[in-house]
Amino acid sequence: MSLHTLLPPLAIDFAAWFPRQDSQVAPESIYTFAVASVIKLLVVFTLYMLGVALLTLAERKVSAWIQDRRGPNRAGPFGILQPVADGIKNLMKEEVRPADADKWLFIVAPMLAFIPAMLTWAVLPLATPLPTPWGLISMSVASLPVGYLFMLAISSLGVYGMVLAGWSSNNKYALLGSLRSSAQMISYEIALGLSTIPILLLAGNVSLNAIIDQQASMGWNVLSLTIAWFIFLVAAFAETNRLPFDLPEAEAELVAGYHTEYSGMKFSLFFIAEYANMATMSGLMAALYFGGWDIPFTSWDNEGPHTVVKTLATLAMFATKTGMFLFLFMWVRWTLPRFRYDQLMTLGWGIMLPLALGYIMVIATATLALDYIGISRGVPFSLSLLVLNLALGAVLLWWGDKGKLLSPASARLGQRELARLRARSAAPASFAMGVPSARVRAVAAARQPNEDDVDAVLAEAELAAAAGRPGDSQ
Amino acid sequence: MTPFYKFQFYLFALMAIGAALLFVTRKSPVSAALWLVNVMFALSGLYVMLDAPFVAAVQVLVYAGAIMVVFVFVVMLLNLGRPDQLPDLREVGARIGAGLVGIALFANLLAVRREVLPVVELAPPSDNVVLPVAESLFTDYLLAFELTSVLLLVAIVGAVLLARKKAVT
Repeated sequence: MSLHTLLPPLAIDFAAWFPRQDSQVAPESIYTFAVASVIKLLVVFTLYMLGVALLTLAERKVSAWIQDRRGPNRAGPFGILQPVADGIKNLMKEEVRPADADKWLFIVAPMLAFIPAMLTWAVLPLATPLPTPWGLISMSVASLPVGYLFMLAISSLGVYGMVLAGWSSNNKYALLGSLRSSAQMISYEIALGLSTIPILLLAGNVSLNAIIDQQASMGWNVLSLTIAWFIFLVAAFAETNRLPFDLPEAEAELVAGYHTEYSGMKFSLFFIAEYANMATMSGLMAALYFGGWDIPFTSWDNEGPHTVVKTLATLAMFATKTGMFLFLFMWVRWTLPRFRYDQLMTLGWGIMLPLALGYIMVIATATLALDYIGISRGVPFSLSLLVLNLALGAVLLWWGDKGKLLSPASARLGQRELARLRARSAAPASFAMGVPSARVRAVAAARQPNEDDVDAVLAEAELAAAAGRPGDSQ
Repeated sequence: MTPFYKFQFYLFALMAIGAALLFVTRKSPVSAALWLVNVMFALSGLYVMLDAPFVAAVQVLVYAGAIMVVFVFVVMLLNLGRPDQLPDLREVGARIGAGLVGIALFANLLAVRREVLPVVELAPPSDNVVLPVAESLFTDYLLAFELTSVLLLVAIVGAVLLARKKAVT
């Protein structure tokens, strides 16, 4: 059942209100284009900034909800004015600049952190084109023919803000945080970029409009490219420095990472940048994998003529999808603990990158095979890919969840692992606290000039434990 | 050329030249690297004006987003110290050499300007701007493309080998 039969009173043909026929074709005049672009710029910028401000409130409300608290509820009804209060506070605060900081880079870094996140929204198609008396206005600020590449290019610039913030602060914690952040972001950018290649294989174009049209006709990419979406999701968490990948600002180790020395509105800009990045990643996931503005189970929104109602409905759809991912970001933040740095790097280079590369090969092969068999590009094509994805996903989960990678608290330890841990606790006291410190290792290495010194000691202890407590190995 | 186009051209061209001058005159390596990023952006703008949005996007993606990030990363890791404490690495001989190369390139430009450049017919505007690039890359220039990819692969393997020097010996 299509939407306009469900909602008859809403389906007013606004296009009919405009007498001119050319409301369905793009305007030819450069001035119409310029004026429309300026208006779109202002509207998108305002709504985006407002949305980001409200996101900071939403994060605190969601965290309060998850932790069974009330959250901010003093400023305005339900704390809705809290972002305003925070903004005023940050503007009034004294800004501190470290004496040895690089003056200009210290000022520029927060801007560089924030601007790339915002720029990506320029190319996202937010809804179906809007018919106006002056012509059909595309609902993205700039509908580039290389929208996808633009998005990759701009998101690769986000790392500058953090790197420069850490470097210019002249603070060792800040520098360590920024080194971590740049290594992390470069690592996951590769997985992020590679996870979007299968989309191009299906769409055959790099314009975001074409990608969304393809999803509207073939079914969303999340169904036909599930694993790519999963890689993108994990990489998006790492790219936005959100938990469980917020290593760059791990407060327990690095004070506050790259923004240790920042205060007042400059610090606030980093904070805003984090939410801006979240919004951008959510919008991208909605556009690339969840059909963008496409309303599911109906083709009402994909067919002409364009009407104002269609624009509003698809805009609401896009906002809903983006909002869903924003909630997911917050949900995960207040659920999962932080990864260790070596785990982060192993996951990025050892698992995500080969997985993304292999998946490109699988999808390319599958696409060629399906074309060869003669399955037309459409719903059957997507269903075949979905079956393939389900099979691959099952294999991946089975392979991944051997207590090796995911190792959740509920998973049983393997016998070997159990024996190793027991041996470790039975080993000399210096080894009892898990990983031995560098000093202990050096001492051990000095005692026995063997490269595998720690392992040798552990193996000995393992043998001793197995011999000494035979009944205890269960 | 419309006045608007002309204005944009001179805007990006002056930006590129100004940023390039600042790039070679900065003492701090990080500032210099950032001015180079600025040059990349200005060039990208010029590519867009030449109706080559693909090249423009890739210019930012590869140079500004990847290569220069690694440059900045390395400069930070080397920890050269504060700019005013740095010895000037640009020796007199290097400066003279660079100046001569610059003059030679400028002369080259002037010489090219005397030639009448062939007028290239623009490809008709299409929905898919990557398709023509891909077609020529994978048909006419396939050998060059593959050789470049082999070169890059060798570079990657070499980098890994250098990084693992201890384990190899």
